Amino acid sequence: MKEVVLEVRDLVKTFILDGAVLNAVDHVSFQVHSGEFVALVGPSGSGKTTLLSILAALLTQSSGEVFIDGQQLSAMSESERVKLRRSRIGFTFQSNNLIPYLTAQENVEFMLRLNGTLGKVNRLRAEELLARLGLEDRLHSLPAQMSGGQQQRVAIARALIHNPAVVLADEPTASLDTERAFQVVQTFAALIHENQRAGIMVTHDLRMCKYVDRVLQMRDGKLVNEYKTHAEIEALAKGEH
Amino acid sequence: MRALSIATYLALKEVWRGRGRFLLVSLVIALITLLVLFIAALGEGLANGNRQYVANLNAQLIVFLQKSDTNISSSQLQVDTVRQVRRVDGVAAAGPIYASSTEIEANKGPLKVSLLAAEPGEPGMPPVISGRVFHTGDSSEVVMDANVALQTGIQVGAEMTIRSTQGGSDEFFYLRVVGLTSDQSYFFQPTIFTSAATWEKVRPQSAADLKDDTPYPNIIAVQLSDPSQIHSMETQLLAKVPNIEVADIPTTINAIPGYSAQQGTVQTQGVFTLLIGVLVIGGFFQIQILQKVPQIGVLKAIGSSNGTVGASAVIQIIIVTAIGVGIGGGLTYLFSLGFPPTIPLVFNGMSSLFAVVALLLIGPIGGLVSVIYAVRIEPLKALRLQ
Repeated sequence: MKEVVLEVRDLVKTFILDGAVLNAVDHVSFQVHSGEFVALVGPSGSGKTTLLSILAALLTQSSGEVFIDGQQLSAMSESERVKLRRSRIGFTFQSNNLIPYLTAQENVEFMLRLNGTLGKVNRLRAEELLARLGLEDRLHSLPAQMSGGQQQRVAIARALIHNPAVVLADEPTASLDTERAFQVVQTFAALIHENQRAGIMVTHDLRMCKYVDRVLQMRDGKLVNEYKTHAEIEALAKGEH
Repeated sequence: MRALSIATYLALKEVWRGRGRFLLVSLVIALITLLVLFIAALGEGLANGNRQYVANLNAQLIVFLQKSDTNISSSQLQVDTVRQVRRVDGVAAAGPIYASSTEIEANKGPLKVSLLAAEPGEPGMPPVISGRVFHTGDSSEVVMDANVALQTGIQVGAEMTIRSTQGGSDEFFYLRVVGLTSDQSYFFQPTIFTSAATWEKVRPQSAADLKDDTPYPNIIAVQLSDPSQIHSMETQLLAKVPNIEVADIPTTINAIPGYSAQQGTVQTQGVFTLLIGVLVIGGFFQIQILQKVPQIGVLKAIGSSNGTVGASAVIQIIIVTAIGVGIGGGLTYLFSLGFPPTIPLVFNGMSSLFAVVALLLIGPIGGLVSVIYAVRIEPLKALRLQ
């Protein structure tokens, strides 16, 4: 039985827009296990990014609970949340992912530096991980010298290098062409499974779902569907749902 | 400690990888530094030119004629006043000082100088660094400031020609240079020192003045037995000597005509240049931070603390400012080598040091708003949420 790494219980996030109360996340509950890669899909405005922001300890919920690696987010101080983001969470973002004045290797090593674990062994791990992602000849390239796909792969390496419990990806393929997008998600999924991390990817591109283990579909802040079986996910990826 | 080390790492990497952009700002700071240091040096030089003789007096108090507003030119004391001052308890020594100005005829052209008379060995007579002091009485001997030698080419042992208006006509006097002193500018002019009798003979005089050949001192420099008793001695002198007013050295310097106004103007120029520096640096770093909002969002989202982000911005500002001030200081030094000694620029004063410290502070002050802005950026900016 795989361990529950991320648990969301009856989560609500309320915004007040022009005097009207809006539940951007509306009583959402789910769990993600180690080694499981979950896609969060839904139309624009369905609450995916708000949910991801709460899971990333960037936004506080209005009610409900989130547990990451057994730690209750709502009970944490701001400095504890910063520490949690640094040590237990890995991120990739839609764009502006990398620090532009650090090379690919330095960007990946930065997570180790932040956690105080940058040593010879971990430096070598960072190089190996980048090589695994096909970037062995790009170690010393700055982000501006790399393609969008290469940058996303560096971001994936950065998200995984410090052995986080949870890896969160916000539209990681939004700025990539289809072929590169499939490559990136496939690699991401492989690394999540290999390293036994819990991964959540927000995407509006249903075709990317064919590499995930489970799909959570959101609409108007609610979880409206869950696709678990290979057949269901394949069908969703082909646009049959 | 780790946060500071990470901040330094980020700051150095960004400055190095964006060195062209940062160097440009450093060069702007260098130009501001050049300007500020020159203004400071000019202020120091002009102040020296005006006050050097008075500031270097080996005395604590100056006696003036009553109601002269501590203005040396307006003060003309009675000959007897010197004796009266010397009799006051607590006065270690008192020397009369006679001030006027004249023109030296030199091969390099005429040079306006301050013509001062003092008694050898008494306060008011500066130390002679080469040669000897003049003989008292009408000896026609002078001790000249090193600056006079520099500007005229006249050497110790040579004779100098003084052109002086006596009544309605110009007359020429020949004075032997017997000694050299240094750092004795007064009233923007280098000085020559002579005896009271020679001074009375050669100083420019109106027709009325020519009828009386008694030299009257303008002021008396007073050396106290106990310099810490300056205020009580001031009171005592006023009580015991009639028709005088007394001032300490700083008050006397500030009363030199034009001195305060000139220093005020120069200091205002310096302050405004520093303010421009604050705005330039503040503007640059604010624009830079605005361009980096998503990037700072990412840094915070992946676990960098506000302290790390803020410290990184401060370190960058310090690096850029220090490089700018360093380049500016070097440029100022190189430029100063090419300036003729007649231009009143003095770089080794406290004002230059103050200017450098002020310049090093303008970076952090100018960048303060941008640092606060950077610290306040929400990590959510890394995502698409606003």
